[in-house]
Amino acid sequence: MAGGDLEPVIGLEIHVQLRTATKMFCGCALGFGEPPNTRTCPVCLGLPGALPVANAEAIHYGLMIGMALDSELAPVSTFHRKNYFYPDLPKGYQISQFDLPLCSGGKLGEVNIHRVHLEEDAAKLNHAGASGRIEGADSSIVDFNRGGTPLAEIVTEPELRSAEQVGEWLRLLRTTLRTLGVSDVNMEEGSLRCDANISLRPVGTDQLGTKTELKNMNSFRFIERGIRAEVERQRAIIEAGETVTQETLHFDPKSESITSLRSKEEAHDYRYFPEPDLPPVVITEEMLARAAASLPELPAAREQRYIETLSLSPETARVFAWRAELADYFDAVCAADQSLDPHVAANWVTELQGRLGDEEAEDSKVTAAALAQLAAMVVSSQVNQGGAKQVLDQLVAAGGEPASIVADQGLEAVGGADELAPIVAAALEANPELTERLRSGDMKPIGVIVGEVMKQTRGRADGKEVTALVRKQLGLS
Amino acid sequence: MAGDIQSLSATAAAEAIANGGLTRSELFEHYRIRAAADTLNAFTWVADVEPAPVDGALGGVPLAVKDLFCTEGIPSQAGSKILAGYCPPYTATAVANLEAAGAAVLGKTNQDEFAMGSSNENSAFGPVLNPWDHSRVPGGSSGGSAAAVAAGLAPWALGTDTGGSIRQPAALCGIVGLKPTYGAVSRYGMIAFASSLDSAGPLTRDVADAALCYRHMVGRDGNDATSVVFPEPIETPTAERLDGLTLAVPTALVDGEGIEPGVRQSFEASLDTARSLGATIIDCEIPSARYALSAYYVIAPAEASSNLSRFDGVRYGLRVDESNLDAMYTETRHDGFGAEVKRRILIGTYALSSGYYDAYYGRAQRVRTLVARELAGIFERADFIVTPTSPTVAFGLGDRTSDPLAMYLSDLFTIPMSLAGTPAISIPSGLSEGLPVGLQICGPAFSENRILGAAHALEGAIGFDGSVTWGGAN
Repeated sequence: MAGGDLEPVIGLEIHVQLRTATKMFCGCALGFGEPPNTRTCPVCLGLPGALPVANAEAIHYGLMIGMALDSELAPVSTFHRKNYFYPDLPKGYQISQFDLPLCSGGKLGEVNIHRVHLEEDAAKLNHAGASGRIEGADSSIVDFNRGGTPLAEIVTEPELRSAEQVGEWLRLLRTTLRTLGVSDVNMEEGSLRCDANISLRPVGTDQLGTKTELKNMNSFRFIERGIRAEVERQRAIIEAGETVTQETLHFDPKSESITSLRSKEEAHDYRYFPEPDLPPVVITEEMLARAAASLPELPAAREQRYIETLSLSPETARVFAWRAELADYFDAVCAADQSLDPHVAANWVTELQGRLGDEEAEDSKVTAAALAQLAAMVVSSQVNQGGAKQVLDQLVAAGGEPASIVADQGLEAVGGADELAPIVAAALEANPELTERLRSGDMKPIGVIVGEVMKQTRGRADGKEVTALVRKQLGLS
Repeated sequence: MAGDIQSLSATAAAEAIANGGLTRSELFEHYRIRAAADTLNAFTWVADVEPAPVDGALGGVPLAVKDLFCTEGIPSQAGSKILAGYCPPYTATAVANLEAAGAAVLGKTNQDEFAMGSSNENSAFGPVLNPWDHSRVPGGSSGGSAAAVAAGLAPWALGTDTGGSIRQPAALCGIVGLKPTYGAVSRYGMIAFASSLDSAGPLTRDVADAALCYRHMVGRDGNDATSVVFPEPIETPTAERLDGLTLAVPTALVDGEGIEPGVRQSFEASLDTARSLGATIIDCEIPSARYALSAYYVIAPAEASSNLSRFDGVRYGLRVDESNLDAMYTETRHDGFGAEVKRRILIGTYALSSGYYDAYYGRAQRVRTLVARELAGIFERADFIVTPTSPTVAFGLGDRTSDPLAMYLSDLFTIPMSLAGTPAISIPSGLSEGLPVGLQICGPAFSENRILGAAHALEGAIGFDGSVTWGGAN
């Protein structure tokens, strides 16, 4: 391949476990950590004679997802069988969709959606033995509780260009799905799973290079690291003048290594054909109306609302809106004290999140009411910025109520001439040389005097107020 | 008394129990003893004791059930070694509906493995003998059910029909077999052969019994997404005339090669009988019928190749232990499936393969659509289509086992209706060389009441005597 800069071309396939009451094709309740094989029936065990019946709620959720992603919704959608043998697939085929998916096209953020279709999840395999894989396992056991869980598979166009963009976009998708209430969208628990198709091409061309598929990465961090590692691996191959092999890969986050699961030569012929046990799904006006009525405010709309109604900065609006937990928390802070300026609330939510890292604010010890109270205390000068940040540190560590923390620890702002004037006077008196320089118009030492006052008040005074008092006492203002 | 019981149709037996002239236990024990003494290999399992009685219109009349139906706690092996000894944890809806109406399961009947066959010679549990001539086959795949009813080992039986598997053995054994409209009877719990073609129906001594059994089988089932509400109740047929009715004969099909003269003769006699009952006979054409057999032998194996994937040795049935997964799959399926099943899995897998799908499966589906359209066209000017059920009478055991194509031709007349999903009945029309010949009467979807009526009128006029086999000892 010719020299010059190479750019990654990345497309995603995301599997989303839907949070319906029952499985995709039978009446079993979804599994949530129950003892193995207790949420099963003849249908999801693939017993002889059992037949699937499509879950209407899963179709409803699928339509909601399609609407949220601005997809075209099929008037008639069909299920197909995808045939292959594996112990986690009890029927020897997965019921999925093929040429008539529920949703086609669409867009989320800057990324175009190729399609969204419904299918059933496989069972869970546990391999005993050193390899952890079915090859070389001493024994393998199958837990069918997960088998048959409804999945929406969302496929993007190959339009993503970096690991970072993938991470950011996936967070938006996750927020969108979470807002819809159709899934738990928990990557670690497997309710949101992502495969990435990755290839490289010279910048400025629109041809596609040979792609590899990176399978089943179960956290945002691993996805970004896995994609970065695969992009570098391909770059090294191409720059060495060799060619990339089309294959399915596994990223091991522990060793950062990429290993091959199977090459194209071993690729399955899935022998797709229309599932004869399920009549085509006809999407009625009623179904569409119900799905439309079920749509909550989505991230894009929320972002707009924060900018237009609350006058938040576009950056803050996007950060909040694309992370629903954060936006929900921000809304709760605003609701806890409606007199609070949303800007001030936003600043304190940002301040809090900075201290929490990956932890969600709503899971922290800081209640929205506590944060609202703290912000209000700052606005009313009951505590200054510095003191308030100390209070916030304590709230994060142990929770509690800001007012009592301030009272207990004497963090009230020292304010007003009555309280501050004698302290300022004492500071000036203790530093006659500096006082003299100030009187003569050399304002440089004023910081030292203010610092002295802050020291005396243990940071509880307001810097501006102290400066003003110094000037006043020296007759400068 | 035993002879009296034996002479009762299922309808008459249910009435006798209702009137107090017979107890359900007497009836059950009578048939249990006969079924247990079966020398035709018609049964693969017979009840030791009478099941707990259920009140209902069927009054405890014993029912033989094709092994393809799942019956809770009772071996349900589909004629296959791969399911040898398998007892399911649930009962098929069709069987459960009949049990709820009072039927008592007497036993499970032998069949071609996974319903693939027309002679019952493809059973892992051995062939079934025709009660009319023990050197001949009973037809298939519901051969055990047909033989059991014909030999009087059971008053009636359940079968399944994918391409003719109720009608053809009913014809070859001299009894009545009804293949319903697709979807009228739930397929839930019926071990799948070809999902878009499989139908469950009764095999009975007479048309009235077929109507009674069928009445308690139909109904929408929430466990079968392809099942439908039958638009009217199934009536007891009483017609004795065919006045005003038009019967269409697909002449080119019926005159084709392979039809035996004796079968042809019996069919002509049936047409004369129909005329004498007031019917008008017309010619019709099913131009795509000559492709129907080929289309069927693409669609059915394609669906079967997928349906039979679940028999992988992982969860139930036979498992041949091997050192790795692929070898376990291969050896389990190699040992578990018989030759005909393997042949159809191979055909079906090939037909669905990438690059061949359109040429085979896609084209076969287009033929299917054509056949359905042509039948619908005929039903615009005729009430029924009539044909012989099978081109031949029962053939000798082993005669066709080495020639699959000759075997497939057994279903030449029954397959078009299977592809179209329309109902059809086979009733005995007489004997040829001492062996029964069947007459097939087909109507449009949901015309079962009219088909049963016409069949009842013809049955009365034909006066076939099946008690030759079911009346005495077998």
